[in-house]
Amino acid sequence: MQTATQIPTDVSFLEYRKYKGIFNWILSTDHKRIGLMYLYSMMTLFFVGVALGLAMKLELIAPGKTIMDAQDYNAVFTVHGVIMIFMIVIPGLPAVFGNFLLPIMIGAKDVAFPKLNLLSWYIYILGALLVIASVLFGNGTPDTGWTFYAPYSFKSGTNLLPAIFGAFVLGFSSILTGLNFIVTIHRMRAPGMTWLKMPLFPWSLYGTAWIQLLATPVVGITLLLIILERVFGIGVFDPALGGDPILYQHLFWIYSHPAVYVMILPAMGAISEIIPTFTQKHIFGYKAIIGSTLAIAFVGYFVWGHHMFTSGMSGTAQYTFSILTFLVAIPSAIKVFNWISTMYKGSISLQTPFYWAASFIFIFMIGGLSGLVLGALATDIYVHDTAFVVAHFHFIVFGGVGFSFFGAIHYWFPKIWGRMYDTKWANTGWLVFSIGFLALYSPMFYLGMQGMPRRYYDYLEEFHAANILSTLGSWVMTFGLVIIVINLVRSAKHGPKAEMNPWNGKTLEWTVPSPPPVENFEEIPVYGEKDGPYEY
Amino acid sequence: MYILANTTHASNMVEGVDKAFLLILGVSFIFLIGLTITMLVFIYKYNKEKNPRATQIKGSNTLEIIWTVIPTILVLVMFYYGWAGWKPMTKPPKDSFNITVNSRMWNFTFEYENGKKTDTLFIPKDKAVKLNLRSMDVIHSVYIPAFRVKQDVVPGAEKFLWFIPQKEGIYELFCTEYCGLNHSYMYNWVKVMPEEDFNKWYVDTTQKAMAVVDSPTAAGKRIMTNIGCFACHSIDGSKLVGPSFKGIYGGQRTVKTGSDERQVVADDEYIHRSIFDPNADIVDGFNKGLMLPYTTQLTEDDVKLIIEYMKTL
Repeated sequence: MQTATQIPTDVSFLEYRKYKGIFNWILSTDHKRIGLMYLYSMMTLFFVGVALGLAMKLELIAPGKTIMDAQDYNAVFTVHGVIMIFMIVIPGLPAVFGNFLLPIMIGAKDVAFPKLNLLSWYIYILGALLVIASVLFGNGTPDTGWTFYAPYSFKSGTNLLPAIFGAFVLGFSSILTGLNFIVTIHRMRAPGMTWLKMPLFPWSLYGTAWIQLLATPVVGITLLLIILERVFGIGVFDPALGGDPILYQHLFWIYSHPAVYVMILPAMGAISEIIPTFTQKHIFGYKAIIGSTLAIAFVGYFVWGHHMFTSGMSGTAQYTFSILTFLVAIPSAIKVFNWISTMYKGSISLQTPFYWAASFIFIFMIGGLSGLVLGALATDIYVHDTAFVVAHFHFIVFGGVGFSFFGAIHYWFPKIWGRMYDTKWANTGWLVFSIGFLALYSPMFYLGMQGMPRRYYDYLEEFHAANILSTLGSWVMTFGLVIIVINLVRSAKHGPKAEMNPWNGKTLEWTVPSPPPVENFEEIPVYGEKDGPYEY
Repeated sequence: MYILANTTHASNMVEGVDKAFLLILGVSFIFLIGLTITMLVFIYKYNKEKNPRATQIKGSNTLEIIWTVIPTILVLVMFYYGWAGWKPMTKPPKDSFNITVNSRMWNFTFEYENGKKTDTLFIPKDKAVKLNLRSMDVIHSVYIPAFRVKQDVVPGAEKFLWFIPQKEGIYELFCTEYCGLNHSYMYNWVKVMPEEDFNKWYVDTTQKAMAVVDSPTAAGKRIMTNIGCFACHSIDGSKLVGPSFKGIYGGQRTVKTGSDERQVVADDEYIHRSIFDPNADIVDGFNKGLMLPYTTQLTEDDVKLIIEYMKTL
């Protein structure tokens, strides 16, 4: 804090120079700059992931070989999964928008441990580089799928160790970010901002942070055990050495299922901010939304077994996991009801972020409702490991997280870069992207119900038509994505200057200049008796 | 689509599964369409142009209770139907007709109790069939969509699948657990026959000797192909999961026996031991525990033919 007096309050964080050139970024402990560093590194990786996804869809446009061999296809879906899951959707919203906005929204100057925050970014980059190294060097790109299921992960001759170690390292970035956020929220809220006056996005980050902190170590240990088994031949998971492959699945999903909530909770949080602003109305059921966030975070720990209904667990385990899975559906439904009710008697302003938020609700409902099919025992056994599951989780983790992410970036864009984007292009991008998205993933529900297994390089003729539609959808969606990204990148540099509060939002980030000064607030705000995040 | 097409069910599991499916899909569509329309109506009706001032409503406990209780009841009903459709899958009748399914990278073979081995699953109509699932390497999964059944095949564990086929015909059987290079080619056909025809086929032992053996080397190659050796061992010298077979017979190799390193000549005895006790000697540069013993899979005669083939490599 000794430097606090020297930092000017009239210079935005983007203009403030402490070092030379790039060091202003890579040595910066400013939560806003770190958030943007995450954004830029994630966008780069995201394009790689998208390119791999496009290649996969192109291969599947017709049965037989189209553009690549089976081994390449297997490598492509593995790397697509690892990049998208571990480097983009899991860290996604917390690392980018959480870092940028959490301190401002609760009236703090930074997160509790700014240096640790920067370290988290470096760990993230290190993990990403390790995974990329596994692709570029060694004897073959990993081909196990992002789940690294044993014992195939021991039999595969490919360069798995760096990829698994990379995922292990990425986990630490997640744990440290979670820790940082928990302490920040507990200790650094503005005076008068009681727990029940905190906006919903910080609330969702709070629930998420606990999952990051408590669940990530499990996958860390699991991945470490795989490394030990591969290097030293210690039999933990490989039956040939006396291990148990089902144990691997348990440990893997104990983390990876809650990880889905790490992805979706902040996405829901962002939607809970956008809707009140564009309806100019207090959020409906504030406490119910908080309760459902915490319920999802908590019950989410106990549902991992629904990934394993066909693995041959005991019957009791099967129906216990099934009923718990159904219970987790209830808080998600409550959120949807509250969002839609917020629109009731609002004064709705149809702007780009609202389009994204409303379409998020639609896409998320499809994702969530199709999850009921996978939670019920009889139907899960039918469609497990088919294209149906692929459709379901793309609706949730790409539809849910993606639509929310794009909504968030269009919502907070003027705050972050201090400029406005071109609304016409933004809306066109949204429309093209949404149409492409539905055309890409909806046919997979149908394919799965017809019985087409997932991770298939080749397929029987009867699955052809729906696959063509899906591939066409992937082109339309990518086209939409290009429109969105070009519009935003251009506008960040050349867009017209934005006001402090262009949408008339009521949360604290709209009370500071756009873009905010380095230490956010000239004076730490104080919440009075009657103040609240959604008091219109 | 299977779900809606069948009036006569292909197996006894279809009804329970489809009932749950239709219930869940039905409720889901009502919610999806109902909520989407409500949202669109709100967006239209409470547009800023029409409604310039929002009415501040912070919530309603009554509504929160209603929309907690109703979904809770609905999901419990869904859970019940899911459970009811699944329960019979766990209880095979004692007098089921047993068939062993051998799964390996990347094919399934079916072994009947009288010793018949096939790569198409022949089964009698209207009789309970129990498939005992065995994996020789990694996790596979047996999936017969028309029958609505699926079970992972886990190496080192006993898993099963059972059903009563109720309709003659030919159906697909897929591997649905990703298992490497040729996963998408790991599918076979299921042929459901009237019981009489099946019995005739079953006792007809002339069909067992279908493959005419022209030479020991060709037979050895066929055995090795069927059992999946080449998934991990190349014949062109390239290094896969295990050492290549190129020039193996009579060649010198460095192996680790326990912790001792020694030189051995790959003779009949060595090859025999490598197949039946693969972890006894580990070739330098490879890892222990990657191969399971093929004791139950191959006979002494098979190994002799394999050795004949290896001599030609």
